[in-house]
Amino acid sequence: MGAQIRVYRQKINSTTSMRKIFKAMELIATSRIGKARARVAASQPYANAITRAVSAVASQTQIDHPLTTEPEQVRRSAVLVLTADRGLAGSYSAGVLKQAEGLAELLRGEGKEVKTYLVGRKAQAYFEFRGRPYEQVWTGGTDAPEFDTAREIGKVLLEQFSLGFEQGGVDEIHVVYSRFQSMVVQVPTVVRLLPLEVADEYVSDESDLLPLYEFEPETEQVLDALLPRYIESRIFAALLQAAASELAARQRAMKSAGDNATELIKKYTRLRNTARQAEITQELSEIVAGADALNAS
Amino acid sequence: MAELEVEIVAADHFVWSGAAKMVKARTSDGEIGILPGHSPVLAVLAAGDLAIEPVSGARIAVTVDGGFFSVDSNRVVIVADNAQMGESTSAGIR
Repeated sequence: MGAQIRVYRQKINSTTSMRKIFKAMELIATSRIGKARARVAASQPYANAITRAVSAVASQTQIDHPLTTEPEQVRRSAVLVLTADRGLAGSYSAGVLKQAEGLAELLRGEGKEVKTYLVGRKAQAYFEFRGRPYEQVWTGGTDAPEFDTAREIGKVLLEQFSLGFEQGGVDEIHVVYSRFQSMVVQVPTVVRLLPLEVADEYVSDESDLLPLYEFEPETEQVLDALLPRYIESRIFAALLQAAASELAARQRAMKSAGDNATELIKKYTRLRNTARQAEITQELSEIVAGADALNAS
Repeated sequence: MAELEVEIVAADHFVWSGAAKMVKARTSDGEIGILPGHSPVLAVLAAGDLAIEPVSGARIAVTVDGGFFSVDSNRVVIVADNAQMGESTSAGIR
């Protein structure tokens, strides 16, 4: 009997200390989300300015730049997968990896080779455990990405892209990341980074029309300078969104873990009390029975 | 008098915005001065100092290390990889 109480007490103690950890991690995630969202907002002006400039260039010149022309046939694709460095974020990394698997499946089904680039230790562990090949991995700081990381990734991908298929390069680049929609909704998303899609659009309002720019020094050089920046800013935006999603997912996971721990503590406390009461009852009845036996004799 | 509406953004943060009388920037070809009414330009910035003459107040110097800028209908958007606000007194170009 006493052993049972001891077991319950141990369980209550360990669950209580785990709950402390969950609560702490939830608070940390909550405090970091604000910052992550502020960074998403802070990167907006840059992204907007670049997007506007790229669409201005694309809309007025018949651009024939390798970055914007669709290759005749796509034989090899690069897929960049953005996951977390650490777990304890619910299904965050799993959701992105599942989406990435789906995409790779689809691309292979179209007869394309797939080269995978990873961000985050979770993706690395996933690929290594299954013995799948990947080209390169960037780890560290997935919950607070630096622009330098985005620049580095952009450089590697652009290099791959500018190599021809024959030299082992890729014809298109996809990014799989978790888009931060709101604190409760984060959607694993796939976007095609390259080649850029130049969309034709009719503009009815005069003011929406992009002006005819002069280029300094040459259209070609402006594009050469602009497009890599555009790619970097897109990658950085994806990294920031992924970071905000990771933190939101972690906050939610830790909250439900903490709630579950509270439930468990309640349950074990009840069980412990029952066990204690049963022990007392038994002791009492043993005493009463002993006294009865003495009286009877 | 018309004035320029200037906005400077860096990759991960917003740097400065406001009205200005003139913006002086360094492109890969040389220096370019922008006054209100300038024709639309999209140019590559070279590393160096930018000078902005706001409508009121002292001249502002911003050090950038590459990027590009666009001008259209008196709106100047400077997109820098990295931008650092300098002291107005230490503006290199006067």
